[in-house]
Amino acid sequence: MAGTATEDVKVLGLALSPFVIRVRIALRLKRVEYEFVEVRFAEPKSEILVKSNPVYKKIPVLLHRGKPICESTVIVQYIDEEWTDGSGSSSILPADPFDRAIARFWAVYIDDKLLALIWALRPEKEAAKVTELTRQFRQVLGLLEEAFPECGKGKGFFGGDAVGYLDIALGSCLGWIRALEKDKSVKILDAEELPRLAEWAERFMAEESVKGLVPEADEYPKLYAAAVASQ
Amino acid sequence: MADVKLIGSALSPYVLRAMIALSLKKLEYELMQEKFGEKSELLLKSNPIYKKIPVLIHHDRPICESAVIVEYIDEVWPKSGWGAILPADAYHRSLHRFWTFYIDDKWFPSLVALGKAETEEAKAEAVERVRAGLLLLDEAFVKLSEGKAFFGGDRVAYLDVMFGCFANWIKAAEMLVSVELLDEATMPALHGWAVRFREHEAVKEVMPDSGKVLEFFKILQAKWKKDAADAKN
Repeated sequence: MAGTATEDVKVLGLALSPFVIRVRIALRLKRVEYEFVEVRFAEPKSEILVKSNPVYKKIPVLLHRGKPICESTVIVQYIDEEWTDGSGSSSILPADPFDRAIARFWAVYIDDKLLALIWALRPEKEAAKVTELTRQFRQVLGLLEEAFPECGKGKGFFGGDAVGYLDIALGSCLGWIRALEKDKSVKILDAEELPRLAEWAERFMAEESVKGLVPEADEYPKLYAAAVASQ
Repeated sequence: MADVKLIGSALSPYVLRAMIALSLKKLEYELMQEKFGEKSELLLKSNPIYKKIPVLIHHDRPICESAVIVEYIDEVWPKSGWGAILPADAYHRSLHRFWTFYIDDKWFPSLVALGKAETEEAKAEAVERVRAGLLLLDEAFVKLSEGKAFFGGDRVAYLDVMFGCFANWIKAAEMLVSVELLDEATMPALHGWAVRFREHEAVKEVMPDSGKVLEFFKILQAKWKKDAADAKN
């Protein structure tokens, strides 16, 4: 069901944020049209951001008919539940409650461990610490590598035949992972150590719903500098 | 139904969430009581990644993380007992989930910080932070309840469960520091909600009284103090 002008869907965010990317992929999967509003995340924050998300003042925020929804996983679930064609065919979360629980669990894990590693590794310059963080990163991804067959049930994505909730949760981080690999000259998503994930990553990035939403690795330094620049 | 097992203890507010949900659904289950300070084989096997309670085991398959467990219970048994836990429409569901995130991310950690505060100054700061969070939740309650009894309106819903599990933790903290946190004067709506929630048939059955929670809070305090001292050495 395509969004129309009366649907009034806006996404407040910045292109480099994995959390924002999640929301944009979800909207693409549901073929919902929206206005992407780039906001000031560094102080002073954009007024619309502060007004829509007074508790956290963070991106992304989804505005639907003027009502704000905050927190990327909450937003993705909202998108899944709000734009449904009833048949479940364009469902982002799996149909079976146990499969949903597994997908949700791994999304919690990703937000708990993986994102923290991205933020820790980004500014790190000391070689020993970079090595240690890279090792931790690969350990975390190793668990997802192991979980992949059970989640995907032998198919190409964590969600099975199509991109699903967990694909979005993890895939949205690929831009940063590749940017860090380049910037720190390390291998994080090592195809030898993590063959299933490496193949999945290629598949994911080639998807119509993803193309163009994840910035290229060498764009990140510029995007990041712009995001944190004070006025 | 020995088909449903819950690993944990009602003294953990996160386990209590699952117990309240199971109670709302009027489901039978086996509580595999964990002893504080020890982790059973079953727990380590069922939650190898976090090694934490609660873990729900259904048809021998483990489900971890309290928010994931409560949504699972609601999805598997949609009409049992008191009925649906998650609100019907997507927007309300998003608000219930958002505030649950806030509670786990900011609010409960501020209550824990109050328990860990050692100086009078630190305690006072911690009290302010807990109260500031409660004021936000009071505001959210007014909006979501629309003048009715619970966050879910007429019925106990997801946010009632996910926040209500702390009702006696708030009382215990108040006894611990001799300061009112959820006070009727500044937060009448939320205060009234807490009283009603504690009295709900499905909640009364499983919620430990604030005296027991206080005892446990003191045990935790001692552990935190020891951990902090050990870390210094």
